[in-house]
Amino acid sequence: MAEVERDLATGVQTTGHEWDGIKELNNPLPRWWLLVFYACVIYGLAYTVFYPAWPSLSGYTKGVLGYNSHADYYTEVAGAAEAKKQFTDRIAAIGVAEIAQDPQLLEFSLAGGQAVFNENCAQCHGVGGQGQRFYPVLADDNWIWGGKLADIEQTVRHGIRHQDDPDTRQAQMLRFGADEILDKAQVTDVTEYVVGLSGGDADAVAAERGAKVFAENCAACHGAGGAGNQELGAPSLVNKIWQFTGDRASFAAQINSPRHGVMPAWQGRLSDDLIKMVTVYVHSLGGGQ
Amino acid sequence: MIKHERFETNSIVLLVGILLTVAIGGLVEIVPLFTIGETIEKVEGVRPLSPLELAGRNIYIAEGCYNCHSQQVRPFRDEVERYGHYNLAAESIYDHPFQWGSKRTGPDLARVGGKYSNDWQAAHLIDPRSVVPESIMPTYPHLARQDVEPAEIGADLHALSIVGVPYSEEMIAEAAADMVAQATPDADTEALLRRYPKAAIGDLDGDPTRVTKMDALVAYLQSLGRMVDFTTYRPELAGEATTEGSQP
Repeated sequence: MAEVERDLATGVQTTGHEWDGIKELNNPLPRWWLLVFYACVIYGLAYTVFYPAWPSLSGYTKGVLGYNSHADYYTEVAGAAEAKKQFTDRIAAIGVAEIAQDPQLLEFSLAGGQAVFNENCAQCHGVGGQGQRFYPVLADDNWIWGGKLADIEQTVRHGIRHQDDPDTRQAQMLRFGADEILDKAQVTDVTEYVVGLSGGDADAVAAERGAKVFAENCAACHGAGGAGNQELGAPSLVNKIWQFTGDRASFAAQINSPRHGVMPAWQGRLSDDLIKMVTVYVHSLGGGQ
Repeated sequence: MIKHERFETNSIVLLVGILLTVAIGGLVEIVPLFTIGETIEKVEGVRPLSPLELAGRNIYIAEGCYNCHSQQVRPFRDEVERYGHYNLAAESIYDHPFQWGSKRTGPDLARVGGKYSNDWQAAHLIDPRSVVPESIMPTYPHLARQDVEPAEIGADLHALSIVGVPYSEEMIAEAAADMVAQATPDADTEALLRRYPKAAIGDLDGDPTRVTKMDALVAYLQSLGRMVDFTTYRPELAGEATTEGSQP
């Protein structure tokens, strides 16, 4: 061991390490720092006594407090459920039509339904049900599958063309052109007829031929005058509200090889009371019947 | 109290001290792994990803989706009410590596499967602003232009089977065919759905003639969080004397 060397200016012992003539002093750690350090060590050990921590051969120590983050969660959820119980119990007991008649439940459902809608539905149907892209407007009085409370509830629960729900709303327009049910001339003719149905500038002669094609192939679902049929999810062709189409070329494309809208089923994903609440909310957006 | 001089001036003592410290650090990390099985809930329904979904997962990682999207719903009321049931460890047992993430610039995706239609997912990936006007997500239109490579996916399945994902020899042999069948309308998907229940099938990207990376990514997104049936799941909670245990 080297001799103990002391710094001349302060009288503090040095460590003997030297860099370019500068020597490191061997000061002890400040007392406050040491005490905090020891306190942290004690806190850390105590934590492992109170909370789940140490692994053992057959599991782990559960801690004397018995803390479990999942149990915490269930306590929190139970508290929230208790607070809403006076409303949710009644919502569970009655149907959507009665909920809409009860001012108190209506107010509760509109508030809760809006939250559900904005998180789950607005990505397609737009905030406030304004619609966008190929996703129908929910705030007008044009409905593909019906706008009564019961219709909306059915659609929300089981969706439209949802792969995994046997009760989903199902309607498949045939691929009239692609599958050669109609020949090219017939597709052109019936396209002209559909253009004319909604007041467009149609070729009168072709449209007249198309009327016969329409009556034989399309009227069964879309109705004799193209008024649509909500039972079958066949949209109206006379009100100028289009989901996919709007011009001659897109009518022809749709008749040739149709696109179909898909909506997920929400039963199983949303709880029963939330489905009823969002149904009441959608019904309130402006087009509810 | 042990003076640090004793460590600093005696190499053997220092060596033993280092060994001891490293050993504790190592044990703390390694020992829990022997009993980690106990923390994995016993649930049914979790299956390996289908070949197309796996290709989608590879794209998800390659495009860096995890940088902005977590896949981990935590057990808090606000998260569960927004996204769905909190995540179980069991749901990630076939993930190598898991995509839990820690950053949510975008929303959590752990339960996004089945939440939106295939059409929406494809449109949203091509241009997020077309359906969510306030979105700041980048666009991924190139995914719809690039085809997947079915010939190569079998090797991915094989590699995962080595680290313990239960891909059978049949699954590996049929991987390329399964991959194409999942994204082809009107294909025979009976065997596919038997191997990979609940897989999203059909034209996923709006182009029925090709199997693109968009098909793969949409298939992957549609698979997220749907494997466990939570209507029958019963959690095992600490501090309960009469814990029922998780039910299948």
